[in-house]
Amino acid sequence: MRMTASFPALDTRRRTLLAAGTLLLVRPAFAQTPAETSDLAAAVAAYAGGKPVNTGKVVLDVATLVENGNTVPVTVNVASPMSAADHVVAIAIFNERNPQREIAKFALGPRAGKASVSTRMRLATSQKLVAVAQMSDGTYWSHSVNVVVALAACLEGE
Amino acid sequence: MARALITAPASAKRGEVIEIRALLQHPMETGFRPGDDGKIQARDIVTSFTCTYDGAPVFAAELFAAVAANPYLSFHTVATATGTLKFDWIGDNGFTHSETHALTVTG
Repeated sequence: MRMTASFPALDTRRRTLLAAGTLLLVRPAFAQTPAETSDLAAAVAAYAGGKPVNTGKVVLDVATLVENGNTVPVTVNVASPMSAADHVVAIAIFNERNPQREIAKFALGPRAGKASVSTRMRLATSQKLVAVAQMSDGTYWSHSVNVVVALAACLEGE
Repeated sequence: MARALITAPASAKRGEVIEIRALLQHPMETGFRPGDDGKIQARDIVTSFTCTYDGAPVFAAELFAAVAANPYLSFHTVATATGTLKFDWIGDNGFTHSETHALTVTG
C-alpha cells in the first residue's frame, strides 16, 4: 500500500496495463477479416453453382468447444426421406480459416437410406464451419456452426 | 501396406438401413506442415473413397487435406440383397487400397 501511495505514477501505469489485459481477454473470439468470410462464402457459392443456398434441413453436428484440433468428429444429418423422388445428392463441409476451404465432399443417392455422414477433421484455429447439402430437386441447404479450438492442428511446426 | 477396418453388420433384414464405418490407416500429410528439417513436407493424402454394393455405387467421398489422419467415414445404405460391399481408397503417390465385406440379407 505504501508503495503505491508513494509512486502514484507507477500505480496508474499498473492500472492501465490491467485494463489493457482485460480488453485483450474480451476481444471477440470470432474477430475475422472480411476477406476470410468472403473466401468461405465464395467456396460455398462455387459449390452451389451460383444457386441460392437456403438455411435449414441440414444439421452439422460438431462440438462447439474443441480440445484437440487434430481430430475433430463431425456429423452431417440432412432431413430427407431418401426416396427415389426426393433424396440428398451431395453433402460438402467447408471451413473458414484452414489453409484450404474444402474439408470433404460426399456423394449420396436413394440407396443410402439415411442422409447421415460422419468423418473426423482437422481445425487450424477457432472458426466457422458450413455444411451444404444438394437435394435431388436441385436446391441447396446449409447449416453453419462456430467452433472454438483449444489446441490447433499442427500447421507451423510448433 | 495400409490397413483398413470396416465395421458393418454381417447380416441384415431386407430393406433395413445399415451403418457402415470405414477406417483407413494413413498419415494424411497435409502439404502445409514443415518437417524436422524445416521444409514443407509434400502432400500425401487420400483423395477419394468409394463404396459399391454389388457393383452399384452407394456412397463416394472426395477428401481434402483438412480430413484428419487415419481417415474415418461413416455412412448408411439400404440392405437390398445378399452381396458384397467393396470399398476403394485412392490417394496421392499412386496410393490405392481395397476392402470387401460380405453382407447376408434375410427376409
